[in-house]
Amino acid sequence: MDVFLQQVVNGLSLGGIYALIALGYTMVYGIIELINFAHGDVYTLGTFFSLAILTGLGVSGEVHGPALVGVVVVTLLASMLLCGITGVLIERLAYRRLRNAPRLAPLITAIGMSFILENVMQLWRGPSPIPFPDVIPNPSFNLGVVSINVKQIGVVLLAIALMAALQFFIYRTKLGKAMRATAQDRDAAQLMGIDINTTIALTFLIGSALAGAAGFVSGVYYGTTWFFNGFEAGLKAFTAAVLGGIGNVAGAMLGGFLIGLIEAIATQYIPGGAQWSNVVVFSVLVLVLIFRPSGLLGESLPEKV
Amino acid sequence: MPLLQLTDVRKAFGGLVAVKDLSFELAEGSIAAMIGPNGAGKSTVFNLITGIYAPDAGSLVFDGKKLGGLGTARIASLGIARTFQNIRLFAYMSALDNVMTGRHARMHAGIFGSLVHTPRQRAEERAVRERARELLRFVELERYAGSYARNLPYGGQRRLEIARALAGDPKLLLLDEPAAGMNPREKDALIGLIARIRESGVTVFLIEHDMALVMNVSERVTVLDYGEKIAEGLPDVVRRDERVIEAYLGRAEGAA
Amino acid sequence: MGLGFLVVALLGFPFMDRNNSHVDFLANAGAFVLLALGLNIVVGFAGLLDLGYAAFFAIGSYSYAMLASQQFGIHVPFWLMLLVAPVVAALFGLLLGAPTLRLRGDYLAIVTLGFGEIVPQTFLNLAQYTNGPNGISSLDQPSLFGHPFGFSATPYYYVLLGLIAIGILAARNLQNSRLGRAWMAIREDELAARHMGINTTTTKLAAFALGASFSGLAGVAYAAKLDLVSPDQFGFNVSVLVLSMLVLGGMGNIWGVIVGSFVLSFVNSFLLPQSTTLAHAAGLNLDFTNYRFMLYGVILVSMMLFRPEGLIPSRQRAAELHDVAAAPESA
Repeated sequence: MDVFLQQVVNGLSLGGIYALIALGYTMVYGIIELINFAHGDVYTLGTFFSLAILTGLGVSGEVHGPALVGVVVVTLLASMLLCGITGVLIERLAYRRLRNAPRLAPLITAIGMSFILENVMQLWRGPSPIPFPDVIPNPSFNLGVVSINVKQIGVVLLAIALMAALQFFIYRTKLGKAMRATAQDRDAAQLMGIDINTTIALTFLIGSALAGAAGFVSGVYYGTTWFFNGFEAGLKAFTAAVLGGIGNVAGAMLGGFLIGLIEAIATQYIPGGAQWSNVVVFSVLVLVLIFRPSGLLGESLPEKV
Repeated sequence: MPLLQLTDVRKAFGGLVAVKDLSFELAEGSIAAMIGPNGAGKSTVFNLITGIYAPDAGSLVFDGKKLGGLGTARIASLGIARTFQNIRLFAYMSALDNVMTGRHARMHAGIFGSLVHTPRQRAEERAVRERARELLRFVELERYAGSYARNLPYGGQRRLEIARALAGDPKLLLLDEPAAGMNPREKDALIGLIARIRESGVTVFLIEHDMALVMNVSERVTVLDYGEKIAEGLPDVVRRDERVIEAYLGRAEGAA
Repeated sequence: MGLGFLVVALLGFPFMDRNNSHVDFLANAGAFVLLALGLNIVVGFAGLLDLGYAAFFAIGSYSYAMLASQQFGIHVPFWLMLLVAPVVAALFGLLLGAPTLRLRGDYLAIVTLGFGEIVPQTFLNLAQYTNGPNGISSLDQPSLFGHPFGFSATPYYYVLLGLIAIGILAARNLQNSRLGRAWMAIREDELAARHMGINTTTTKLAAFALGASFSGLAGVAYAAKLDLVSPDQFGFNVSVLVLSMLVLGGMGNIWGVIVGSFVLSFVNSFLLPQSTTLAHAAGLNLDFTNYRFMLYGVILVSMMLFRPEGLIPSRQRAAELHDVAAAPESA
């Protein structure tokens, strides 16, 4: 039981990262019905950007005292900003022209974009895994039978805080309303005077920024990164978005945490665990798409003939 | 025995009842029409007949076989063909290919035949291609045989859809607003076409808003309003029916 | 006429060009031409975006490795495997295709991608049968009338030429048949297609099965030639490589696909390494083979943006993709 609970804790931290990435997938899919294949690689870029900034700041291990706050804030925000810009650029260069093309075209383009990003990162920092500084001192606490460390708490708290901010933005601000309107009916939104291009660009900005946050968090949490990270993490985060209900922001959060839990528990309890956990997560994807494609929190929309 | 028989058919979508306790019959070899204000449930009836929806209650019997629960492809192979309100041609296939595809259910070439063009398969393809050309002549579209369906003029597209539907030698042809968007000359031609279709042995059932066309072409009219049958009979009789008039006029007032 | 000349040139090539590494390249490229022809059936004809096609390549190759080597002591002759493997691959095509039948285009793509990951991962994990990451080697050597193929690439070259010829014939037949029209109809408007009496389930499954069978053929020939089968030969990058061949050459067009496949193989096996050699000779420390995936990515993105119908398009696709006013695909 202790092992199980420990895995729950591990799973929640893992899930927090997936949730942040999943938000980007779900927002983009909600507004232009595109599976942004390159999104997982933007997440990895976030880790790479963070690494570059930390190196620039001279950070190579733990940071103590008031400087810690400064370092974290600066790196996190910079990573989010840089990734956000990357996302906007990708949309502008690769996806915008294909908005009205048959659906396969933007999907293939997204795959191409993903390959380009991965190769760029491989050329930047090489084909092998790279160490990432600890940044945050990481004492653990014992809560009964479970041990939690500061980083784990940090991941979950940050994920929840960012999601709350996102929910506020989407439901309480004018720009957020524009995003929701565009997602529901692009033509009507345009007729209401909403600038579609800006709204979509904003969606990519926010989604990619969240991936950037996830990238920073992932580097700190795992202590390492690799140019090919984004492929698997991206697929799992996409599974999370689908599980929660694609297009549904709360669903992405829920799905993210669930997938994190599933992966942690599968790794623990299936013999040869880590190797099979991928298969388990992909099976979840297949099963959800076959039996409940609208996900846990989504609604199914029948086709009108 | 009637060719098509609906008994107490009911279909609801969530809280909205689209078709309620609907019963009627189609005699073989007849031309019948279904009219009613917009939203009365007419297209839903077609969709129930062709298996897009399964009825919530009641039965649909075609040529002695129960349709409820059968899939669309199966129902098509039983001999029911249709055209669509919003024209659903295969836009980037040629007119000829569209019509040839219409004959799919009556062809026998399977995976093996398609993979290895056996003499039998080739003979079948030739026959089907010839029949498709005949049908294009029948609807006066033979000069468009090699053109993409989407490049045909609007009236031509409607006629192509009919040709495609006839390709499978159906017993029953459902026409969903075939005259929509047509000019008077085209409508006259359509009336002639429907008559010739019936002469070839096909039962025709159409949904239409153009009253003149309906009166001219059909032998029997069924009127729907809010999913229920409110009148039925000879066109002239139905046209003067109070409830029918009220349904149309009342609806027009209410919508204002 | 030109085709006849090409055929003669291809048949005579190994005798004209004594450099066996060129024949070797053509043989490898040939395997990928087969793969491209197969994927073209699934994606180009039936419109089902399969992102995990390498899985069937894996199944074909591993079938040979397990049924024609020391691994289990079974020794099915190469020529018989050319009949067995396509059937096995086709069965898996049915198996992996079945769950995707009701999915929309992009979801179908993701699920096939998932399967494309699961299959090689499974071969990797079941180490007691497959030797895990090391793979299976020392495969049975094919022989013809008692003459073993040996280490030369030439006999494999001719086998692949023959398989490609069969593949082209099969693909052309399928395209102009009741099944081919059914695939096109489903691609255009699935609902209307059903009203023609087309059973969309069996029709889509047929696409998966037939497409997969091409991979089965390619898998056997490639495994026998390489004398080694391992999981890392069948990753997502292979699926994308084959897809890129279609995108570059022209989806739906048989000759386009062949050209696209050959061009990419050429770039991969000649252009990149040769450029690297040239760069090194010029004193530049560049290894162009590291840019391989960037190249695929750039091809995919630029083709989609500027010439989505491919270099040698099918007339239909060109029309579809340039009519922006066309109605969007129905689900």
